Amino acid sequence: MGHAVLTPFSDTTLSRLELAASAEDLQSIIETLRDQFGVDHIVYHWVNSNGEQYGVGTYSEDWVSRYLQNNYLRIDPVVQGCSQRFHPTDWKQLDWSSKAARSFYRDAVEHGIGNQGFSIPIRGPNGQFALFTLSHNCSDTEWSDFTEQYRRDLILIAHFFNQSALTLEPDRQPEAVPNLSPRETDVLTLLATGHSRSQVANTLQISEHTLRAYIESARFKLRALNTTHAVARALHRGLIVI
Amino acid sequence: MIRFLYADQLADFPKLLATMFKDRADQFHTRLGWEVTVDENGEERDEYDDLNPLYVIWERPDGTHGGSMRLLPTTGRTMVNEHFTDIIGGGTIESPLIWECTRFCLARETCPGTAAALMLAGGEIMKNMNVSHYVGVFDARMVRIYKRIGSSPEVLGSMGEGRSRISVGLWEFTAEAQAKVAASAGISPYTIRKWFEHSFGKAPTSLRMVG
Repeated sequence: MGHAVLTPFSDTTLSRLELAASAEDLQSIIETLRDQFGVDHIVYHWVNSNGEQYGVGTYSEDWVSRYLQNNYLRIDPVVQGCSQRFHPTDWKQLDWSSKAARSFYRDAVEHGIGNQGFSIPIRGPNGQFALFTLSHNCSDTEWSDFTEQYRRDLILIAHFFNQSALTLEPDRQPEAVPNLSPRETDVLTLLATGHSRSQVANTLQISEHTLRAYIESARFKLRALNTTHAVARALHRGLIVI
Repeated sequence: MIRFLYADQLADFPKLLATMFKDRADQFHTRLGWEVTVDENGEERDEYDDLNPLYVIWERPDGTHGGSMRLLPTTGRTMVNEHFTDIIGGGTIESPLIWECTRFCLARETCPGTAAALMLAGGEIMKNMNVSHYVGVFDARMVRIYKRIGSSPEVLGSMGEGRSRISVGLWEFTAEAQAKVAASAGISPYTIRKWFEHSFGKAPTSLRMVG
């Protein structure tokens, strides 16, 4: 863990994610993300409103079939504890006190899942629910340092991943052009023309505090992790003109 | 104490649940005259309560509701994006890092630190769950109270007149604001931390799986 220096994932990975056209693409991207973050596993697990499961990830086939065979979904504290939630969760926060949960955990560790985990629940449309989970074998300190450092980016990536997965649903319309609000368009246009944040805030007669919220929202809609990236993507897609 | 409860966990606290929705009816219907729906039990609920929101609730020593607010991520349906888009300049605010805070409610005769305790709890969520902002819908008169507590939203705009005036605003929560709010609430950061862990589980300790 922590092999990567500044950004553990590249803009290229995000672009690949946006262009993903099949489950195989998602599988290949999740493997790249795992390598870039330097963790043992990343798994994206989707449970729809009918209880049907779908997922991509780096767990061994052996573990996946074992999980399904033993119907671990019913006792997995990660699924039980994150279902219908929207806050990111460290596995240590979950209730592992039952005998079944403890034996499930031992089994998972034996199958190389790792002793640490961090799961991000995602609520999609019409009762869709997904979990984006990283797991690793390391000390508590290493893990809390890692999650502390990357939590924000991981939350965003988890949601971007879900957006891509949703576009692969049968009967789904291809994703529409990001729906930037008039304020977000103004903000990005001014930033693109080289104005500083305080100049943008001044020009639009909003505080920098409000400006930050508009930027955060624009970044998400454009599937960007940082502002430079968001501006570049907005220009590229013709959403702003300078 | 503060409890952080998702809607599907409220059933375990029947007294808290009933008094919260009654206090909401009292505040939003009786006192403010908002156009809200009050059922035959005198409880106020809306469609966003059906989305399994996260409630932050001040529970009084007798188990009744003293104050609360309701949180939802802006990646899903929100009141601001569905009803107050004009106030935010058109369009929507969407990010997993921005949550909506609505139905900020204080029970009559609740203890004076209640509003500050709720804000402090909101700050604890921001810190631990990477929430960068709350976008809130609130009774315009609350602005004065928020200011006194030490955590003022930036008001983006308002609708309506008089007591039914509704505002939309954005909160950030800086470390300085947190210190001020903690002082107004008379609650130590340690205590709020304990309440947070009581609801969400304790993060920093080891998974102890032996046996």
